[in-house]
Amino acid sequence: MNIFKKDKRKEIKNESPLEIKRSNISTTTSSNKSSVKLRVFRINAVQNPNDVPHFDEFHVPVKRWTTVLDALLDAKSYQDSSIGIRYSCRMASCGSCGMKINGIPRLACYTKISDLDTNTITCEPLPNFPYIRDLVTDFSQFFNHHRSVMPFIQNKKADIPDVNELSEYEQSPQDLDKFLQFSYCIKCGLCYSACPTVATDLKFPGPQALSQAYRYFADSRDSDKSNRLKVIDTSHGIWRCHFAGSCSNVCPKGVDPALGIQLLRSHLLGISNSEKKIAKLQDRSLNSYREEEEEKEKEKEEEKE
Amino acid sequence: MTSDSIKNNNRNKNNSKNTTQWFSNITLLRESQIMKIHYITGVGALFVVAIHIMMRLIMPFNMSLEFENVILNYKNVFYALLLESILILIAIHGFNGLRVILLEIRQTQIWERAVNILVIVAMIGIIAYGTRTIIIANGFSLG
Amino acid sequence: MTSAKSAKRIDDINNKNDRTNREGLRGWLNPIIYGWERVSYWFQRLTGIFLLVYFIGHVYETSSLVSGPDAWAAMLEMTQTIGGHIFLILVIGASTLHTVNGIRLIFTQSGQGLGKPGRPDYPYDPTSVNNKQRSGLWIAFILAAVAMLYGANVLFSGE
Repeated sequence: MNIFKKDKRKEIKNESPLEIKRSNISTTTSSNKSSVKLRVFRINAVQNPNDVPHFDEFHVPVKRWTTVLDALLDAKSYQDSSIGIRYSCRMASCGSCGMKINGIPRLACYTKISDLDTNTITCEPLPNFPYIRDLVTDFSQFFNHHRSVMPFIQNKKADIPDVNELSEYEQSPQDLDKFLQFSYCIKCGLCYSACPTVATDLKFPGPQALSQAYRYFADSRDSDKSNRLKVIDTSHGIWRCHFAGSCSNVCPKGVDPALGIQLLRSHLLGISNSEKKIAKLQDRSLNSYREEEEEKEKEKEEEKE
Repeated sequence: MTSDSIKNNNRNKNNSKNTTQWFSNITLLRESQIMKIHYITGVGALFVVAIHIMMRLIMPFNMSLEFENVILNYKNVFYALLLESILILIAIHGFNGLRVILLEIRQTQIWERAVNILVIVAMIGIIAYGTRTIIIANGFSLG
Repeated sequence: MTSAKSAKRIDDINNKNDRTNREGLRGWLNPIIYGWERVSYWFQRLTGIFLLVYFIGHVYETSSLVSGPDAWAAMLEMTQTIGGHIFLILVIGASTLHTVNGIRLIFTQSGQGLGKPGRPDYPYDPTSVNNKQRSGLWIAFILAAVAMLYGANVLFSGE
């Protein structure tokens, strides 16, 4: 019985809760294991620059919820311990395990074998990143591009030594919503791999860096608008994005970098309202709190009078 | 080499380096301005090309391609201006698009400079060649 | 391998100009796996280059006008053939597709029709790749087909 058929899952969905429980138990016992063929890209680029890449094949047992990362670690543990693989959190939070799985950049920990609907899983390193070894790639270019867009709050009023310790920027939930989703980026590099411009253009920052440029541009705590726009308004900057949408299609965290890039472009074209309200720096120390309360009381008394 | 000739040599190298740097640092327009032009020429070309195509449909198609009918079109000043605007708008839009594609393929300084120059030369060349046709056809006397 | 080569390899990795594992033009040639927007990107590029080539050829062929009626007739003989008509039909389709999709791209690349940023939740579907803006591409394909049919009718009937 092939437990990975979509039809089977549909049948389970239509059953009553008790029956679903029973069927869950039966499919997670070891007696119902299946196996898939794992084709892993092998190269040792640092030790041997002239190494010819090749694929090694492994047959690994899988269960219903086995992820590609589980399968790779199984192959590494029991068949070939020399497989080079980068991973950390195993829960789509760190972005370390990005790789090309059956032709599409995905997170290995977040991709279930059952979702791929095939018995042959091909794992390759993320495209557009230089090889280090096997499935491990070098992120230096990627991080350099990220650094180039100044990914930090810049606000002339927030010279930290001068500001009261208990100060905070006043930012409403609406202000937060303008950039929050772009702050969820885990720098996994999947968008960078999927982008057709990155495939050929070394100087293009990539969807991740550009969406982070928008993240800081849209943040009401940031006041350095003009410098941010100058950095990306170049012949290899934001204008080399053509809205192919691949970045948003592969992003595992719903960051939607394509949205950020087009919204930033609207500011460069002068279509969006460029008057951003910069967040006020509020003193939240006890003294200032007391002063505020006293002011409010005074106002109330004046109203009564 | 004498010290003077070494100095001259170095000065020449610096000059050529400065010229190269100066040349590569020329930015007549920001990229956002170039792309605004790209969008405007694209939308503009849509209207003028639509009129150009409709002119082929105001009479039977084969008849509209006869020499005399074509020359009569060119003799109409407004139509000649329309053709000139098509030339300019599409040359700018098309060659800028080509420039964008070529710049994405390679990123060396020589390549980028060559692409920028060749695209401008091609734009001017095709506009000049097409304008020549319009002017000569406009002045054509039908026997 | 020698340590010198490995050291160079490490230098290349640290060097921004390392093109290893960049997909190159192959990265442009898979329009299907990433969705409709990638298909749009591919067609916009293809039709753009095709129309530019046609434009250059068209300016050249119409310049035969200045050489008199005989040269013009010779040019027409070369272009008013079945192959020429089919080519022109492709040009009609390409220009319609490029124009309509281009207008869609002007809107989307100005941030219109893409939705607003919010708080993403499972299954993390992106708002920008929605059917509202994709429908512009589908309309472009339909209009291109209609234009090609109309063009074929005009060209082959001669009216």
